[in-house]
Amino acid sequence: MSTSAKALQELTSRQYKYGFVTDIEADTVPRGLNEDVIRLISAKKNEPEFMLDWRLKAFRHWLTMKEPRWQNVRYAPIDYQDIVYYSAPKPKGQGPKSLEEVDPELVKAFDKLGIPLEEQKRLSGVAVDAVFDSVSVATTFKEKLAKAGVIFCSFSEAVQNHPELVKKYLGSVVPYSDNFFATLNSAVFSDGSFVYVPKGVRCPMELSTYFRINAENTGQFERTLIVAEEGAYVSYLEGCTAPMRDKNQLHAAVVELVALDNARIKYSTVQNWYPGDAQGRGGIYNFVTKRGACRGRASKISWTQVETGSAITWKYPSVILQGDDSVGEFHSVALTNNYQQADTGTKMIHIGKNTRSTILSKGISAGHGQNTYRGLVKIQKGAAGARNYTQCDSLLLGSNCGAHTMPYIEVKNTSSQVEHEASTSKIGEDQLFYCTQRGISQEDAVSMIVNGFCREVFKELPMEFAVEAQKLLSVSLEGSIG
Amino acid sequence: MTTPTAPMLRIKDLQVKVRDSDKEILRGIDLEVGAGEVHAIMGPNGSGKSTLAQVLAGRETFQVTKGEVLYEGKDLLALSPEERAVAGIFMAFQYPVEIPGVGNLYFLRTALNALRKRRGEEELDAMDFLALAKEKMKLVAMDPSFTGRSVNEGFSGGEKKRNEIFQMAVLDPKLAILDETDSGLDIDALRTVASGVNSLRSKDRAMIVITHYQRLLDYIVPDRVHVMSNGRIVRSGDRELALELEQKGYALVEPAVRQEAAR
Repeated sequence: MSTSAKALQELTSRQYKYGFVTDIEADTVPRGLNEDVIRLISAKKNEPEFMLDWRLKAFRHWLTMKEPRWQNVRYAPIDYQDIVYYSAPKPKGQGPKSLEEVDPELVKAFDKLGIPLEEQKRLSGVAVDAVFDSVSVATTFKEKLAKAGVIFCSFSEAVQNHPELVKKYLGSVVPYSDNFFATLNSAVFSDGSFVYVPKGVRCPMELSTYFRINAENTGQFERTLIVAEEGAYVSYLEGCTAPMRDKNQLHAAVVELVALDNARIKYSTVQNWYPGDAQGRGGIYNFVTKRGACRGRASKISWTQVETGSAITWKYPSVILQGDDSVGEFHSVALTNNYQQADTGTKMIHIGKNTRSTILSKGISAGHGQNTYRGLVKIQKGAAGARNYTQCDSLLLGSNCGAHTMPYIEVKNTSSQVEHEASTSKIGEDQLFYCTQRGISQEDAVSMIVNGFCREVFKELPMEFAVEAQKLLSVSLEGSIG
Repeated sequence: MTTPTAPMLRIKDLQVKVRDSDKEILRGIDLEVGAGEVHAIMGPNGSGKSTLAQVLAGRETFQVTKGEVLYEGKDLLALSPEERAVAGIFMAFQYPVEIPGVGNLYFLRTALNALRKRRGEEELDAMDFLALAKEKMKLVAMDPSFTGRSVNEGFSGGEKKRNEIFQMAVLDPKLAILDETDSGLDIDALRTVASGVNSLRSKDRAMIVITHYQRLLDYIVPDRVHVMSNGRIVRSGDRELALELEQKGYALVEPAVRQEAAR
């Protein structure tokens, strides 16, 4: 922890020192969306023509689409002409001057999570002036990755430096016409991550968004593309356990993963966007499209997510199991407290022979939270011998919350096997009494029981992330009992 | 055995009902338990034995309507369950609860350190705790594989009860309440559990042993025996009373019940 904490601190200052070129700091684009705005975004990013064409195609298609309403969440209509689609990074000194000016609730949460002070400042937008020996950390990472042949950079950089790769894979998993929010993203996406791991290379470190250069201000319409060539392996960590505030209410990200023969991609997310207050005011709408393609033989894609933030979470990290013998996994913890809503799950599309998938979903509802698991297991005719195992468990705290399970299963051949198990339980008065009788406070008992409930999923997270995720659950559950 | 000073636990005219209902369960219990003493509470099903145990431990499903409970001279009923645990009260559950995904030893260490912290003592680190746990596991012949399992999950009835006594040994309470610890045990398990309990008897520790059957008292020999019926203690005596009950059954106390009812 301490090494990485130090690395974070060091990197923090780097971003403030060198992160943004002065001339884009003052940039804004007028409110609303039309072709001119898209041309402007593309021009500001100095994109090649194929990118602009792609954005415009997406935009024109988006105009013909209707916002979906089938999901089990409620929110007021979004005015898409009232959004600023390109905003440059916040200039230095405009945010709070010190942590004293930051919402004390937020600082309290930081402290409970054990976020280092400098990192707290960065996350809450305080200008950090302290000087660290910063360049070295980033350089070390870059050198190590470059030596292995791994490309890890912002999406914008990839468009500039590796246009042939972007052109080849962009939209190949989530096409620009995929769905309302993915299409909107395709038209206006700001930035994101790009990862390319060449043939036979095992990426020498966990790639974390923490260490991505120029990572600031890509939150609203983020776009990530990860490609693992034959026999390559990469583990990617997205997000942060600290509460993330953002003035943009709508977040519509897209993530595409491509795994070729024998390649493995492990994608872990901890999402803790601002959930709104205890009365359900404010908070982020997190409408995300995440999909991976196991394109090669015996390739494997694993999604692990811990979702505790956002007012509304709506996402289904999916795997298209195209290559024979390929494997898809989805491990999820979704927690809703107060008035949060989550409609999340996965899609496993079995196309190749002997493809396998595992779904493990843990939903926790507290307060007035509504938690829906929605999952599709589709086994196509050619997917002989395909297997799926699904387990969906829901845990309820109190009597004002809800848990819903909506599995969809389509099997088109006779040699496949699909199993589905579901359970709903309540934290019992007897469990709490057992713990308190032994001297454990009620609050600690709740978080212990909830963490136990999620253990199978936390096991899938990289060690350090898992520890943080546990703390995060405890903090997110505060005040949910008694 | 008598105590020269005030007893550790003094229950006066304790009356209890199920919260949010009119159902009366305890109708005036009087009981004194001194340090070093083992009291057995017997009685037929539904006589209120387990309710008494749970009320002493602070379970909120019950509501005290009258009477008082003094523990070491202080008002016990004013304390929350965890405050009572800090004060040294432990209850071995009749039905130990399962907590999936939470490791047995992790649970117990969390409990022990919570108690130590609130008593102003230093918390035990993982290594010291493991040494303590290993030593105490021997008392109830606990299988080492148990350390890797979740709290009571998939345990047999006997393992659950052994686990309760193991927890008691680690938490080292002043007043232990054993709620039907013998139920569901075969004779071998009963012996193991009883010998574990006996090894924890000491002049500073009081125990209240609740049981339906006399047979447990062959192994854990009580100083006093009380018989409950219909929410009251109707007979008290030494261990001979338990043997008498064994012969005559609870019919022995039934006349008393009928008289009560007729009054």
